[in-house]
Amino acid sequence: MASELHKLSVCEARDLLRKREVSSREITRACLDRIAEVEPRLNAFITVCEREALEQADAADRRLASGDGAPPMCGIPIALKDIYCTRGVRTTCASKILDNFVPPFDATVVAKLREEGAVFLGKTNMDEFAMGSSTENSAFGPTRNPYDLERVAGGSSGGSAAAVAADECLAALGTDTGGSIREPASFCGVVGIKPTYSRVSRYGVIAYASSLDQVGPFAKTVRDAALLLRALAGVDPRDSTCSARPVPDYEKALIGEVHGLRIGVPKEFFVEGMAPDVERAVRDALRQYESIGARLVDISLPHTPYAVACYYLVATAEASANLARYDGIRYGFRAEADNTEDLYNRSRARGFGAEVKRRIMLGTFALSAGYYDAYYLKAQKVRTLIRRDFERAFASSDVIVAPVAPTTAFRLGEKTEDPLTMYLSDIFTISVNLAGLPAMSVPCGYDGGGLPIGMQIIGPAFSEETLFRVGDAYERSRTGKGRPAKV
Amino acid sequence: MAEKKITLEQVRHVARLARLELSAEDETRLQADMSSILEYVDKLNELDTRDIAPTAQVGEAGTPMRDDVVSNRPVPEEMLANAPARQGKFFKVPRIIE
Repeated sequence: MASELHKLSVCEARDLLRKREVSSREITRACLDRIAEVEPRLNAFITVCEREALEQADAADRRLASGDGAPPMCGIPIALKDIYCTRGVRTTCASKILDNFVPPFDATVVAKLREEGAVFLGKTNMDEFAMGSSTENSAFGPTRNPYDLERVAGGSSGGSAAAVAADECLAALGTDTGGSIREPASFCGVVGIKPTYSRVSRYGVIAYASSLDQVGPFAKTVRDAALLLRALAGVDPRDSTCSARPVPDYEKALIGEVHGLRIGVPKEFFVEGMAPDVERAVRDALRQYESIGARLVDISLPHTPYAVACYYLVATAEASANLARYDGIRYGFRAEADNTEDLYNRSRARGFGAEVKRRIMLGTFALSAGYYDAYYLKAQKVRTLIRRDFERAFASSDVIVAPVAPTTAFRLGEKTEDPLTMYLSDIFTISVNLAGLPAMSVPCGYDGGGLPIGMQIIGPAFSEETLFRVGDAYERSRTGKGRPAKV
Repeated sequence: MAEKKITLEQVRHVARLARLELSAEDETRLQADMSSILEYVDKLNELDTRDIAPTAQVGEAGTPMRDDVVSNRPVPEEMLANAPARQGKFFKVPRIIE
């Protein structure tokens, strides 16, 4: 058993730890051994914190031994996307400009998990500043898909998705601005949820596009994701956008029952160009829901075709402002120069990668005098139309079920030449961020090549309990089909 | 694409605003990339948005207020630990006053 401990789910590990049948050190050791075994092939981690993780595991074991009352995450080894500030541990955002940055503080969610006694195995790979859909825009090389090493893990949180899929950790945190949790979860065959905008604090999470960014977990099961979100969510005086609504016990919502649930099926998400295997898998899942008592409702989200265009103006505009702070003065990379103007220009030119520069340029342009109304303001108005689409849809449906992405994981290098092609891989995830809604990716099968397929369950704001219930009911109803081989 | 959506001169102007030093090669590449992206986003003009209010934020209405009190303990050594260049308790920069 000891050699397989890295394959445990969070809930299994929690129960075994509470019964003192295994120690956190044993599970942590198993994960670290697994990391050592597969990292040369996957590159899911930028930084592995072996010594710190084992110390945290020992501390968790002492806490667990001291009697009852240990919090749910106590002793659970997890991975953090390298976008979370971690006190004393290098935090790069996969950028050369932050290559040597060691934060003097923890992000709020990291502090919460630390408080619960979670074990941090390390920091995972990502697209630089979370800008990308394949983790190929990392200054530390791409992450490879555990199901096929010639393919991408998705992005931007590709390292976290691959690490969970390859059992390098029990769960992981990512962030989702336009699909950066859901698309890699789909490509790697794990569960990933982007909660409602404002459900989770972003304090200490390196900002990309502040009106869209949201924190969320990757997990092996829906139940694990529910457990994690409960630990993450809640008000934070350090993030004024963070909601004060009480956090439900999401695990209690998992009643395995969807009778009478109205599932909206948006016709705009089943379009030409979608991989036939993806459509088949999602349609099978919809039939599965019907067989357990849910009702399918045809809906329309007519502005879906405009979401990518809207996003690439809103997100880049916000990014251009957020990334202005990287000036080479107080932290991060500094290029040599004999005046401050050149120092800024060169530090940023050499510190940022190509995609980050492209987005800063596009956002700066969209906000610049003479173009603001035509681009940025226009996009903000279209954002209103996209929100209204969902409001109308939720009048006749409780949740929406659709594909996460039009295809399964694509080949490394397949989309790096043309930025627009890459942007369009987020066509089904982006509108959810623009509307601020919660959405979860749940594995729903494999394509002919053995690559995972994810379905997306979208709900109204703060309907995470329903999403977990619906996702969990599907997991329970699935017959145990054989999983294709992975790394 | 006969006419580019953005000129090289505009690319240079935006780069100045964004504080990015670009090589001639960067400028040409960005002109091409930005032009094709801007051409794509032009599809937003298919939509009539004259009477539509813009959405800037999707969170809950209102901004919570709190008392403005110091909650952290300033530790200069920690704040300076990441400085690319420092002198004593200060961030060091190139000369800014002649």
